[in-house]
Amino acid sequence: MEWTPIWLSLKLAAITTMILVIIGIPLAYWLSRRSSFLKVVTEAVLTMPLVLPPSVLGFYLLLAFSPNSMLGSWLLRYFNISLVFSFGGLVVASVIYSLPFMVSPVKSALAHLPKSLAEASYTMGKSKWETFYRILLPNIKSSLYTAVVLSFAHTLGEFGVVLMIGGKLNGITKVASIAIYDAVDSNQYHEANQYALVLFAITFSIVILVFIFNKNAAKGPLE
Amino acid sequence: MIDISIDKKIKTYKGISRLVIKTHIEKYSVTKVFGSSGSGKTTFLKILAGLISPERGIITVDGEIWLDTGKHINLSPQKRQAAFVFQDYALFPNMTVLAHLNYATSDNELIERLLQIGKMSPFTAHKPSQLSGGQQQRLAILRALAMRPNLLLMDEAFSALDDDLRESLIADIKFLLKEFGTTTLIVSHHAQETAGFADHSLKIELEEK
Repeated sequence: MEWTPIWLSLKLAAITTMILVIIGIPLAYWLSRRSSFLKVVTEAVLTMPLVLPPSVLGFYLLLAFSPNSMLGSWLLRYFNISLVFSFGGLVVASVIYSLPFMVSPVKSALAHLPKSLAEASYTMGKSKWETFYRILLPNIKSSLYTAVVLSFAHTLGEFGVVLMIGGKLNGITKVASIAIYDAVDSNQYHEANQYALVLFAITFSIVILVFIFNKNAAKGPLE
Repeated sequence: MIDISIDKKIKTYKGISRLVIKTHIEKYSVTKVFGSSGSGKTTFLKILAGLISPERGIITVDGEIWLDTGKHINLSPQKRQAAFVFQDYALFPNMTVLAHLNYATSDNELIERLLQIGKMSPFTAHKPSQLSGGQQQRLAILRALAMRPNLLLMDEAFSALDDDLRESLIADIKFLLKEFGTTTLIVSHHAQETAGFADHSLKIELEEK
């Protein structure tokens, strides 16, 4: 068994999760504030990857990233980047695919915090930013951990989207889930079994982690 | 002196009512705000703090305009810095008693005094979930006082305290409010609760539209 696909999967999941933390948390905060039509539409778009067959999402991303499309040709012309059949493309697709797993729990946790927590902080002269990182974020810690872990695990298990836009280039886009499919396809059941076992062990440990975090979840004083 | 003239639509189960208040509050006074359930007492305090905006209104505090809807002036809660004791205490679950007070002030001497007044010195390392209801409420009051506020807004701030504790706390708080030069409004359902604390009262009721 080659370890490269496992390593690629972990690398993809780690980079994707990092990007999701950076863009997902502010997005969740924005969505958790007063609702508007724009927010409803944004949330619906963000939720689509949850319900769409991954192959559909992968197909549209393939079209969007292709050098014949507007986005694809623009990226190629001005940045010399081609997202089709590249690791970069996998990262972009994974971010889109796993975004609801980051945004949804964080948004829901923020929305469930009593409004008075932020209000108390504002009356004490603290800015929205200071209130966010000193009061709101620390009090949704367990949801944050869950979101991070779920995003990581979800990216690790990605198959359809990756296959559509990345194919199975050795060392570039052939992640573990694809390697299993490839091994089965060429009757290498023993190899498929090894990849599957490693993926199973990793994801199982991740799920155990989620349960541990949730067990120690901080509770509000009035709960 | 605080001059208040506000008009705010409020949705109730009967339909839309209006909260109309025109009054002035004397400096350094303690005013009890009373009225039936759902009459808009909490809304009134939140309007003063800048947490809720009325459709129309003017609020001036010592000559400074906090709100003038006609001139589109509406100071943020951060600029008003009206200390607020929330009905649900609004304590921060992630912070210890000491961290709450440190969040409000860097004056360690004042923190020491407040901890003694509120009989909270033994609990400085406790988080809200480890405190009793009465201790949580005292912490909420102390955190508000730690700001040395010009305006203190208290929403049912003594409801969880027993009689003896409340009386001793009120005496200490009155002393501090005088020292800080604080003007106080306190919402209360029970006359007994604010006995010996409030020297003025303001009745609030909703107007049918």
